[in-house]
Amino acid sequence: MPTRLLAGLGALLVVALPFLPGVPPFWLTLMTYAGLSAIVVTGLVVLTGVAGITSFGQAMFVGISAYATALLTLQGGLSPWLSLPLALLLAAASAWVIGAITLRLSGHYLPLGTIAWNISFFYVLGNTDALGRYDGLAGLPPITLFGHPVLGGAEALLLTWGFLAVSLWLTHRLLRSRTGRAIRALKGGVVAAESFGVDTARVKIVAFVYAAMLAALSGWLYAHIQRAINPTPFGINAGIEYLLMAVIGGAGSIWGGVFGAVLVTVLKDQLQNVLPLVFGAQGNFEAIVFGVLLVLMLQRAPDGLWPLIARRSVAPPPDRGPAAQPLAPRPTAAPGTVLLEAANLRKTFGGLVAVNDIGFSVAAGEVVALIGPNGAGKSTTFNLVTGVARLTSGAVRLAGRDVAGLPARRIARLGCARTFQHVKLVAGMSVIENVALGAHLRGSAGPVRGALGLDAAEEAALFAEADRQLARVGLSACRDLPAGSLALGQQRIVEIARALCLGPTLLLLDEPAAGLRHQEKQALGDLLRRLRQEGLGILLVEHDMDFVMGLADRLVVMNFGAKLCEGAPATVRRDPAVVEAYLGSAA
Amino acid sequence: MDATILLLLLQDGVVNGAIYALIALSLVLVFTVTRVILIPQGEFVAFGALTLASLEAGTLPGTVPLLLGLGALAFLADVAEARATLTGRVLLRLCLRDLVLPALVAAAAWILAPLKAGLLVEILVTLAIVTPMGGFLHAVAFRPLAHASVLVLLIASVGVHLALTGLGLVFFGAEGSRTPALSDASIPAGPLTVSGQSLWMIGLTLAIIVALWLFFSRTLLGKALVATAVNRLGARLMGIAPSLAGRLSFSVAAFIGALSGVLIAPLTTVYYDTGFLIGLKGFVAAIIGGLASYPAAAAAAILVGIIESVASFEASAFKEVIVFMAIIPVLLWRSLRSAPVEDEE
Amino acid sequence: MTGPMLEAESVSVAYGKVEAVRGVSLTVAPGRLVTVLGANGAGKTTLLNALMGVLPARGVIRFEGSDLTRLPVEARVAQGLSLIPERRELFSTMTVEDNLRLGAFRFRGKPGGGDIDEMFRLFPRLAERRRQHAGTLSGGERQMLAMARALMGRPRLLMLDEPSLGLAPLIVADVMRTVSRLRDEGVAILLVEQNARAALQIADYGYVLDGGTVVLEGDSRTLQGDARVVETYLGVLAADTDPPGRAASGR
Repeated sequence: MPTRLLAGLGALLVVALPFLPGVPPFWLTLMTYAGLSAIVVTGLVVLTGVAGITSFGQAMFVGISAYATALLTLQGGLSPWLSLPLALLLAAASAWVIGAITLRLSGHYLPLGTIAWNISFFYVLGNTDALGRYDGLAGLPPITLFGHPVLGGAEALLLTWGFLAVSLWLTHRLLRSRTGRAIRALKGGVVAAESFGVDTARVKIVAFVYAAMLAALSGWLYAHIQRAINPTPFGINAGIEYLLMAVIGGAGSIWGGVFGAVLVTVLKDQLQNVLPLVFGAQGNFEAIVFGVLLVLMLQRAPDGLWPLIARRSVAPPPDRGPAAQPLAPRPTAAPGTVLLEAANLRKTFGGLVAVNDIGFSVAAGEVVALIGPNGAGKSTTFNLVTGVARLTSGAVRLAGRDVAGLPARRIARLGCARTFQHVKLVAGMSVIENVALGAHLRGSAGPVRGALGLDAAEEAALFAEADRQLARVGLSACRDLPAGSLALGQQRIVEIARALCLGPTLLLLDEPAAGLRHQEKQALGDLLRRLRQEGLGILLVEHDMDFVMGLADRLVVMNFGAKLCEGAPATVRRDPAVVEAYLGSAA
Repeated sequence: MDATILLLLLQDGVVNGAIYALIALSLVLVFTVTRVILIPQGEFVAFGALTLASLEAGTLPGTVPLLLGLGALAFLADVAEARATLTGRVLLRLCLRDLVLPALVAAAAWILAPLKAGLLVEILVTLAIVTPMGGFLHAVAFRPLAHASVLVLLIASVGVHLALTGLGLVFFGAEGSRTPALSDASIPAGPLTVSGQSLWMIGLTLAIIVALWLFFSRTLLGKALVATAVNRLGARLMGIAPSLAGRLSFSVAAFIGALSGVLIAPLTTVYYDTGFLIGLKGFVAAIIGGLASYPAAAAAAILVGIIESVASFEASAFKEVIVFMAIIPVLLWRSLRSAPVEDEE
Repeated sequence: MTGPMLEAESVSVAYGKVEAVRGVSLTVAPGRLVTVLGANGAGKTTLLNALMGVLPARGVIRFEGSDLTRLPVEARVAQGLSLIPERRELFSTMTVEDNLRLGAFRFRGKPGGGDIDEMFRLFPRLAERRRQHAGTLSGGERQMLAMARALMGRPRLLMLDEPSLGLAPLIVADVMRTVSRLRDEGVAILLVEQNARAALQIADYGYVLDGGTVVLEGDSRTLQGDARVVETYLGVLAADTDPPGRAASGR
């Protein structure tokens, strides 16, 4: 069944629950809890399923918000509607601090940190007099809607699912926006994302803060529906349960998160009725089932249950119509202007000299090829120029600016775009969105504008540009296909379209012909010639001499990390040292 | 706080730190070899303590049925794994390892438990019950995920922790237990008295560290584990199966966990869920060591022990909070000097 | 002639939806030295990794008649296959001696494995560095250690992925001589090389890969005679003729 239909029917059923005759009030409460969890899990979907980072500590953000609103309404006398933004802000600020500390580290430090901090949070709640210690705080005011207090039952259910709907809508918008594409780009590797200007550390923090704010929304709702709070629902086990919901439902889609939240909430209730009878004692026995379920899901269905029941498809981005105003054109360079100047590049790994005193330049309107046998140091040189590897010594000047030591995303800002030897596209995302990622730096909409849908004009312009570049490389027919479904040759061309979206003056291509067949190489050569004619400067690293001979204006030949010779193709071809470097001396 | 109290706290901290050091070492071992962040390490500690307490009380420990059950599950998982090369001999070997061995251990526990055969025998039985669980858990929960990311392995690890804690409640109940000290001796040392128990703890910790060092540097199997940690593909190409390395490192972790439980049981009342917090403190130490360095992890563990003992004197309600907050400066420092961007495998 | 030692039948390997190796068939007879040539990205490394079990493959891979296709790497090692990968995959923080010792891991300390002293005679440079960490070795020494480590496992079929990579010409000649000598001692060898001349000079038979398929195969002497065709596929020189048309008839 199509995803939207299935999800819509399910949501309708829940919302219709209060109006169906004979539904016990307990089920209304249960579905209210499911909705509260679903809001938290929606944030986890963004964090885990989309950004690829995980937190076991979402219950802490729920708790921060719940306790904040309790204090603000009980002691500050604020109305819940006034305390909501404050509670959200507090959770966001805590997430930002935690994220800033851990998100630059490798992926497992954040989840480990969140375990420790959630446990600490629990002890702080339980031992602080002002927070009522383990008894908590009671007597919170209800949320009033149009002057009418929401006091549990059907009203709480509808309010919760109303907020859930808003959360889903915001999340959907966010993921489709410029920031959302950057979050999704993390799956294609941070090096690629950085290379077209995305500050990946910041993007991860945005995802984490967003997830924390959804958790805080849930906490605020919980506090004022329950009207009494204590530390228990904000402990580490609750945090693990939220993650379980995301894993069981499927962290890859927001509907999977909602499905998982409902399923686990109902399952937990049933288990709490049944298991104590089985074991003949009271206790937290559902943990056994949940733990086993978590491991089994990861082993058998790592994408969760939702994709198994709903048809999975890559939805094309919404058609935004023609752009009212095209993107501001990027500066171009007059033919012959020197764009890139590398002098005395040197890179050592330990005692090994990988690149030794390499220098070359690339001007607008010319193709320069860096060639040499495998292991000659071409790729390392390429990484030095693009800011992926750090220079040991030497200088790289881009458009007259010294860029040695600058990170890749700063180099992108100077109009330098690149492709990768091993294609780095986001496989599950449509081709056009992958290409639009390249225009990241030419837009400015942040997460707030994106989530609220105030970025329509800019998005239309970005996609118009992406369409233009896709047409330029001749792949418009593949626009809405998932990038991973294309042949290798086409994927390489998509990478070039993505690079062109940056509006570069200089294009750096890392072994663009590797793995391509004869005709594909010819098509690629034709494209690069066209781009050169349009005034781009192109540097390509290539192993295939045949490919570059008919294309490049100048060749720089490397061997053993050093420059072997430099010159026009005809000169280089006659150089016996070059032929020998390639074929090897007859042993 | 005067000097005597400080010395007392330091002594306390070092003794507790010794336990955290053992746990941190096994966490580093398991992580470097298998990439699994072993959250359930704490459960091995709790199981060790509770098993010993059961034996002390002359009853059959709840870990015995757990061991038999895990062995049976591991047998199924092993048969499924080996189905491409399943021969009679392989089946026999799996049968012996997964079914017969646990049955023998169970029989020994069943016979010895009511006899109250003395502390040493009971400790040996405890170790024999808990140690094989490590390998079984690896086969059942983690080997099928051998190609998963560190993150997925971590989530699975939390799942295993959840299930084991629940099972601990089923098999041991909500009551806590405490065992008598390994030694009643006390030796005066300046203003302090050093208990025999403390000496045992520090002595055994040192012995384990030396034994591990000998294992890694002197035996082919130990070197194979190190090799797997250094270069997984290189090790496979030498015929070192990741499943072998995984089972071995998990068994070592379970052994060390059980021993830690035995050592800690006389000091504090251990409940079915006590292990989690103890394990996490080992984690704090392992993280400070970057999850990679044994000496750094061991040194950090002693520091964690000292922070904890000072914190519990100054602000006992918040001691856990203070210990966990100790990782913030370390993470911050690591974050500031980390490489700019790199793709993770 | 005895039957083939290694036999691959229509082996294909895919990364996601991209097929890097498509229906490759090849055989290596006992005691023969077979080389696989091809440009970057032609699928050579992928093919070797599939034969060794590092990557999952479709098709059939047989070694001395028994089907290996579904066996893990370790089980193939146990049968006498060995791969020296392009990145060598040494144990960089362990000593040269320990690296060698682990090379014979499959014998678990029982007799049958190689002899460390013999390796030191074969590669005297390693003897000088026996207590040094593998990570401190130069490129040539690393390749020697990788070969010695593989030989410690007494393989019956040795697969080498670009052993000349990043090595100076003199050392390349050294490595090729060693490979050639191993073949003379009865070890079957499958050699992936970009250094086509050196490889063809010592090989008995060769395959040329392009775009993941075999486009050309034959005795190394024939291939040497057909140098222009081979070099075109290797992307070494601009072709004067149109080789893909001739490729089909090259078989």
